[in-house]
Amino acid sequence: MTLLQVQNVSRRFGSLVAVDNVSLTVAAGELRAVIGPNGAGKTTFFNLISGFFPPTSGTILFEGRDVTQVPADRRVAMGMARTFQITEIFPELSVRENLRIPVEVAAGLRLSPLPSRARDRATAARVDELLAMGGLAEKADRLVGELPHGDQRATEIIMSLALKPRLLLLDEPTAGMGDQETHDITQLVRKLHRGQKLTIVLIEHDMRVVFHLADRIMVLAEGAVLAEGTPAQIGADERVQAAYLGKVA
Amino acid sequence: MNALNRRNANVLIWLLLLTMPFWMIALGGYIQLGTQVVILALAAMSLNFLLGFTGTLSFGHAAYFGLAAYGAAMTIKYLTPNTLLAILVGVCVGTAAAIVVGGLIRKLRGVYFAMVTIAFGQVFYFIAFRWNTVTGGDDGLTGWTRQAIDLGVVKLDIEHNGELFYYVTLAFFALGTGIMAVLLRSPFGRTLLAIRENERRARFLGIPVERHIWLSFVISCVFVSLAGALFALLNNFVDPRFLRWDQSGNFVIMAVLGGMRSFWGPLVGAAIFVVLQDYISSQTENWQSFIGLFFVLIVLFFPRGVLGIIRRRVAP
Repeated sequence: MTLLQVQNVSRRFGSLVAVDNVSLTVAAGELRAVIGPNGAGKTTFFNLISGFFPPTSGTILFEGRDVTQVPADRRVAMGMARTFQITEIFPELSVRENLRIPVEVAAGLRLSPLPSRARDRATAARVDELLAMGGLAEKADRLVGELPHGDQRATEIIMSLALKPRLLLLDEPTAGMGDQETHDITQLVRKLHRGQKLTIVLIEHDMRVVFHLADRIMVLAEGAVLAEGTPAQIGADERVQAAYLGKVA
Repeated sequence: MNALNRRNANVLIWLLLLTMPFWMIALGGYIQLGTQVVILALAAMSLNFLLGFTGTLSFGHAAYFGLAAYGAAMTIKYLTPNTLLAILVGVCVGTAAAIVVGGLIRKLRGVYFAMVTIAFGQVFYFIAFRWNTVTGGDDGLTGWTRQAIDLGVVKLDIEHNGELFYYVTLAFFALGTGIMAVLLRSPFGRTLLAIRENERRARFLGIPVERHIWLSFVISCVFVSLAGALFALLNNFVDPRFLRWDQSGNFVIMAVLGGMRSFWGPLVGAAIFVVLQDYISSQTENWQSFIGLFFVLIVLFFPRGVLGIIRRRVAP
């Protein structure tokens, strides 16, 4: 079953064509990586999918519904969650409080004006479950802003997960991390994909991570699709090596 | 601050407020001063619902404060001498204006939001200033007084009994702050906190940020309107300065002075502001420069406000 279908989307900023006629089809349960050199338009492409801004042309279908003009918060409510290249969390709140907010939103409580002990217990149980999943239980009551980068990133991913999304968009989940942290985040992403059968699209710079995790890879260069295929196909593709892998090596 | 400390602080504040008429006189004050503190504190705490707990600065809250004051005054003067109805009409007028203005400006952020709230406030100010036949213009709206409240079983003569009026005001203060406190502890309140902490993350958690800011603005204006209606009743008088931008600025000063990250901060700020104003203005006409200086010192050295200082002392 097709979960996400992006058809010929483009995005111009003045005379710059940041994303040029890109199409992408993601099946339910798939883990798709989007790679490409700096400035290839990967994050802009993500912003189009998640509704950060609309495309100049093209359409985006999510679960068969046209969401091209749907605002970001509604896309989230429809089941699409994302993280950012620069972690977006609530740094002055504790990990627990960071998770509590999406858990309540996912429970349809965002307009609920009354506190409720019984409901708070259910929320707390779900938060504990998520804390365990992210390996954050021991740090639950620390302010997120005081935690190491890897824990902040794990918090952001788990917050997105708290929304019970059917599609998770991860923008460079291991950016700026050391080996151990990269390993931990990779394990977490793998756990969500394999264990929870979650459909994931991720942008990544670290080739080890990509070839390790992805079912299929799409390569962007200068805003356009350069190649698409399995990790083996992409690894063997000469154009990709010339444009991207060659530079890294 | 842990839950026990918070409870102690609440008990202390309510004890002080409930016993105010007894110690205010002994300290050389007078009842109206206490009533004024409570009313302006309600206004500043309402502003702070938006400023401190949603992260959105309105510099035009006096507009709704003043509109409600006119609404209450005109109800008594032109319609019917019923104090409770006057308060209700005042709140409805202020809230209706806030719903419209909030809907228009909810997409603006930061300094743009603040500037446009000032601009809308000034529109209402000039209407009140120019429309002599209805508002009394620059001379203000006089020739009316607050009326005794007839509850059937008892008649509360707030017109002549200042202490009774204080307690009626305090009851409205309790209602307003109580509702705001409950809202802030609800899931809805936490979405506002989320917007304050990180708007982008809030949006990508599925919170329609503009709509929630609008709601927060309107809720905040409901209670600033309540304060405005009570303020008209306290003075038996309304004039256009009630809704001018410098009155809005005073609310912001009270909130920041007391500490906008704490629920009771604006109450402390309002108390300091009103007492300083009362004392210094009896000594010199330039009382505003002293309040300004005090404000600058607090912001420079204690950015978390007066309650922020006390909290730091109390914290282990």
